[in-house]
Amino acid sequence: MLGLLKSPFTFLRLLVQGVWLALGQIWANKIRSTLTTIGIVIGVASVTAVIAAVTGLKTKVLDEFETFGTNKIYIHTDRPEKGPLRNAWHLLRFKPEHFDGLLEHCPSVECFTRMCGYSRSVIYGERSLEIVQVRGIDPHWHKIESRHVILGRPFSVIDDTHSRQVCLVTPTMRDKLLLDRDCVGQAIVIGRRSFRIVGMIEERVESAMFGGGGSQEEVFIPFNTAWKLHRPRAWAIANSKSPEVSEDARAELRFFFRKTRHLKPEDPDTFRLDVIEQFVQEFKKISLIMTAVAGGIVGISLLVGGVGIMNIMLVSVSERTREIGLRKAVGARPSAILLQFLIEAVILCLFGGLIGVAFGQIMTIGISNIPNAEFLEKASIPLWAVGLAFGFSALVGVFFGMFPAVKAAQLDPIDALRHE
Amino acid sequence: MLIRLENVTKIYKVGVEKIHALDGIDLEVGENEYVAVMGPSGSGKSTLMNLLGCLDRATSGTYKLAGKDTTRMGAGAMARVRNQQIGFVFQSFELLPRVNALKNVELPLIYSRNGGWWYRRQQSRSVLGHVGLTDRAKHRPNQLSGGEKQRVAIARALVCKPSILLADEPTGNLESKTSDGILALFDQLYREGQTIILVTHEESVARHTKRIIRMRDGKIQSDEPTRKGGESC
Ligand SMILES: Nc1ncnc2c1ncn2[C@@H]1O[C@H](COP(=O)(O)OP(=O)(O)OP(=O)(O)O)[C@@H](O)[C@H]1O
Ligand SMILES: [Mg+2]
Repeated sequence: MLGLLKSPFTFLRLLVQGVWLALGQIWANKIRSTLTTIGIVIGVASVTAVIAAVTGLKTKVLDEFETFGTNKIYIHTDRPEKGPLRNAWHLLRFKPEHFDGLLEHCPSVECFTRMCGYSRSVIYGERSLEIVQVRGIDPHWHKIESRHVILGRPFSVIDDTHSRQVCLVTPTMRDKLLLDRDCVGQAIVIGRRSFRIVGMIEERVESAMFGGGGSQEEVFIPFNTAWKLHRPRAWAIANSKSPEVSEDARAELRFFFRKTRHLKPEDPDTFRLDVIEQFVQEFKKISLIMTAVAGGIVGISLLVGGVGIMNIMLVSVSERTREIGLRKAVGARPSAILLQFLIEAVILCLFGGLIGVAFGQIMTIGISNIPNAEFLEKASIPLWAVGLAFGFSALVGVFFGMFPAVKAAQLDPIDALRHE
Repeated sequence: MLIRLENVTKIYKVGVEKIHALDGIDLEVGENEYVAVMGPSGSGKSTLMNLLGCLDRATSGTYKLAGKDTTRMGAGAMARVRNQQIGFVFQSFELLPRVNALKNVELPLIYSRNGGWWYRRQQSRSVLGHVGLTDRAKHRPNQLSGGEKQRVAIARALVCKPSILLADEPTGNLESKTSDGILALFDQLYREGQTIILVTHEESVARHTKRIIRMRDGKIQSDEPTRKGGESC
């Protein structure tokens, strides 16, 4: 082989010659060659399809996370597993004033909204809706959830401090209750109390993965109003200034809540701070593992395919022993013979890889069209996977073709010519 | 001297038995000689030819080809010698069945360093013309007669302009009429300056040559110029 590299033109010529010879050989044994490559075909087809599916899933999920907001931090109360506070729900519950001064103490937090909720019936005139999500929110909620007021106005500070009985509705609600098109100023009954509509907000973006299929029937009232009326369980959502500082924001929040809740250093947290970013990282890890596992399985099938290639190449070498002998007799070096058979094995494998990628593409189209599996609709084979498939095929060819090729290269010309 | 063998032996081991296929051969062949090697079956003619053709190695002794000792050459260097210095014609032609005559002739050029694509094509064509097969270039071996096949094989042996043409029973598979044609071709090549060594069983073939080496049991029994116009022996 080294000798060949010293004369690059001969090498190039033998390479081109080898490719032609191999193509001729494969063409002469069409059926055999095709059957031989089936292992590779299956391996490559499944690897590309699996990668396509995982990639599609990942794109879909990350998109979902994106619409969810990657700099959101969810703040919930959490019961410690042991210690005196274990069963003290009532002591641990968030109260509205627990969030006072939060922004001053947490510079990485841009804004936050306190949240609470319950469900009630909603009535307007003759129309009534039985179970409607009633949410208490702060004005920053619009920004954090990116659902803005499209008609009327958002809640004001006075609405909140005075616990006014005002509400925001969605277009769905308006239509279901047969309210006027411009329903601002109309009054509806929420749980036997009358609320005046001050504005209308955007519909919730339907998410396939999170809370999909949930009811679109929701009304929003000022947090304090909800709190005064029912004292429901409260939580909060904070927005960090950017996804990059979301860990900082989380640390600041933790410090803030530990202090305001008077936790001693040895006490466990009595609250939980969930960051979407952490799920994103988690998910990326999972998808990587999924890809790796799939890759491993497929690696095995490629190995099986490679053994098939090796087998047929051994057959080919012994069938063509005389030819090898003759080539040697007229001056082919062992390296030239080696190259010829390696090229043949590699081309066989690449051929299998090509068919495999084509099948993989068909499978991917199939996968992305499975009904009721929206999370796979974005399945597509990334370019690097195609490259990987061909790279691996070629590698399998070199690896499993090496033994037969070396066997051919080492044949003694006289013995080979005498071979029957 | 083109070829110089000194005390060359070739021993085959079959099981525990040792076969002395060649047993102390001393031989010199100069440029533009026309030599026949004769002898009974099993006397070591083919073994000698394979050694001369660098297809095989001697068990002991030295073989100098154009002044170079081939005994210590590696496989690659041997291949180069076969390619550049030696043309070998086999009794059973040994053509590649799936490619046409021209491609068969071109084969040694693929493994040689000289010439590009155009030279290879032209050279193969011209040699094929030289053996009288211009109009058979596109024929596959199974579309050729025995004599034509052997001509293609001879063209292949000549395509790299070797210093020696070796032929092991080149007419062994041919009927006498066809043989005559092949022998005429050899005669012509000899007149053009080619060194030729051929193996034959037939006196009528040997009579074409200028020197006859007779072998028996791996030894050279006699080595003398061809006597013209009568039976040698
Ligand atoms: N590969 C081998 N292994 C063992 N013995 C061998 C081998 N090749 C040749 N021989 C032996 O070496 C001796 C010489 O064989 P060789 O082929 O040179 O004879 P030959 O003169 O060419 O005979 P023929 O006229 O029949 O072709 C014979 O006895 C043969 O059996
Ligand atoms: Mg013989």
